[in-house]
Amino acid sequence: MRPRKRTSLPHSRVLFLIFLLPALGCWKASAQDWVRTGTNLGAARIRLAAADFNPSSPDAPALKTTFDNTLYNDLNSAGIFDMVSKSMAPPVMPASPQQINLAQWAAAPANAAFVAFGSIAATGGRLAVYGWLFDAKNPDSPQILGKQYNEAASQDNARLIAHRFADEIITRLGGGIPGIAETHVYYIAARGGNKEVWQMDYDGQGQHPLTHLGTISLSPRASPDNDRIAFASLGRQGWSIRMYSLVLGRVVSFASVVGNTLSPAWSSDGAKLAFSASRSGDPEIYTSDANGANVKQVTTFRGPDVSPTWNPKTNSQIAWCSGRTGLPQIYIMSSDGTGVQRMTDGGYATSPSWSPNGQFLAFAWNRKYGPGAPGGQDIYIMDIASKRWTQLTHDAGRQDFPSWSPDGRHIVFQRENGGGAEIWTMLSDGTEQHRLTQSGGNSMPNWSWK
Amino acid sequence: MKTPHHRHFASLIAVATLALAAGCHKKAVPPPPPPPPAATSPAPTATITVTPSSIDPGGSAVLAWRTTDATDVSIDGLGTVNPYGTQKVTPTQSTTYHLVARGPGGSTDATANLTVTAAAAPAPVGETMNEQIFEQNVKPAFFDYDSYEIRPDAQTVLAQDASFLAAHPTLKVVVGGYCDDRGSAEYNLALGENRANAAKQALVNGGVSPDRVRTVSYGKEKQFCTQDNEACWQQNRRAGFSLDQ
Repeated sequence: MRPRKRTSLPHSRVLFLIFLLPALGCWKASAQDWVRTGTNLGAARIRLAAADFNPSSPDAPALKTTFDNTLYNDLNSAGIFDMVSKSMAPPVMPASPQQINLAQWAAAPANAAFVAFGSIAATGGRLAVYGWLFDAKNPDSPQILGKQYNEAASQDNARLIAHRFADEIITRLGGGIPGIAETHVYYIAARGGNKEVWQMDYDGQGQHPLTHLGTISLSPRASPDNDRIAFASLGRQGWSIRMYSLVLGRVVSFASVVGNTLSPAWSSDGAKLAFSASRSGDPEIYTSDANGANVKQVTTFRGPDVSPTWNPKTNSQIAWCSGRTGLPQIYIMSSDGTGVQRMTDGGYATSPSWSPNGQFLAFAWNRKYGPGAPGGQDIYIMDIASKRWTQLTHDAGRQDFPSWSPDGRHIVFQRENGGGAEIWTMLSDGTEQHRLTQSGGNSMPNWSWK
Repeated sequence: MKTPHHRHFASLIAVATLALAAGCHKKAVPPPPPPPPAATSPAPTATITVTPSSIDPGGSAVLAWRTTDATDVSIDGLGTVNPYGTQKVTPTQSTTYHLVARGPGGSTDATANLTVTAAAAPAPVGETMNEQIFEQNVKPAFFDYDSYEIRPDAQTVLAQDASFLAAHPTLKVVVGGYCDDRGSAEYNLALGENRANAAKQALVNGGVSPDRVRTVSYGKEKQFCTQDNEACWQQNRRAGFSLDQ
């Protein structure tokens, strides 16, 4: 076993992770689990203000509150902005470019580099929003974005428009990487002895069930085109992968030709599935076409092999979890089964998720696992090239099933801390952890691809 | 009418005389003396009773027996037993307990019938099995932490399970693989699959046809015990059996 590598991630930002990968090698090894040094090391966040929108019709206020809160929350949780708090912002609601005084926003205490503002109106059952993004430090040519939205007037659409406008801003200011405010999280909710597949917005809003199968369903995985959810369901003959169509709103037929199939995973082009199946009595990793045809066995190791995840950058590699040496460890291999490489050096490591840029694995790891050892099961990420890892969660019970957001800046995961399991999100440096569910018995989150 | 009668009678007498004469001829040698009674070794006596004489499937009854002047007492199915004693029995089908007592004075036997009501009696085709009886006879195998290797104690249990299933060849069973509550739900589903298959393989090695046994992993989705301690975790790390109906 190699010397223990305990890298601790400073309070750095995720852009730092993604774009300044060489810096990973500079993280100093430390004997402590949890050290944070300084703030905003490596990447300065953009100072952004989101003005409250101007209600330009009498019945707009209820929708306006939802819109304002959603927009602010989306920008605040994007991971790339230093938001001007509402109490620091000028107490004005500029409705249009003619009404904004940029100097007022650029000055202390707001000190905004950019300002988002606009108007919201609800007339004749329609919700109309005009939104702008201005560069406060460039008064001669301030406009960066000007957008208009028109949808049926409803709370849901007030949130939806706010998400869309937030994503425009994030894309424009965040290095061209699309925002995630319109994404969803699929997860498993235990209700009344059954486990069904549920869906919610990325911020925890709009939680609702998708399946009503009256059995135990696990491991939901959204297809890259957002049309289908693959999941594993317990039937009379054991486990099988099933497909829920988000377009049709029901379970559709799927040819699962191998016995006892578990833990499906989509390739990022939507053409392939990887999964675990025990045709021979020993669970192994298989791949198939997206329709279930062309099944190929990839692994042949005695012991459990489960939880595959494709390298979404290339679709030529698979990471998975194998118990072939005893306690489960994370491995990677080519998708034809060659080039097997063990990634973790001990403990109990499960549930890998491959980052969108192909460079990192997120997974659950209990480094002190053993009979009688109380150790924690936490979320870690590992740089695949160097096998250097960093611990993202600390002292908060058992975490499992990390799943990357499509922008690679966030991770959604499951946490059990003294009560039932709940779904949480955090930035992929472990900061800004937020709980998304409240009711207990929510597990196995999977972040949609877009 | 009298004449034919008379002639008949005369010929009968003649045949009888001939027969007697022949018999007397053969018994010319004096018969051997009867075996002398064993004055010092009285013949054994034996009684056996079963209470009650009829049980439901899964029930039990008590055999009681008493012998005298016997040196070797055995009961079919139980083997050699003490000259007198009691024994609890739990047969799955109606049984006749046949006791044989042998001694210097000869041997004596006695029987007692125990009826097991019809539900438990194996039928040659399409046997119906009471789940309670099944559970009493086909017991779960327990596993070490994060392991699907069959332990020695589980090997013993599985051998008994296999012999019961071999004796009831029409039964089909589901082997469920179960794991304790720690660790990943997905990994535990795979581990449970390995546990179920290890138990299935032990049954097959014990003479049970593989097509009678199918496996389902329940991972950590179905817990027998929900406390957070090793005793409870051990209860949950098992391969359990149920009738495949």
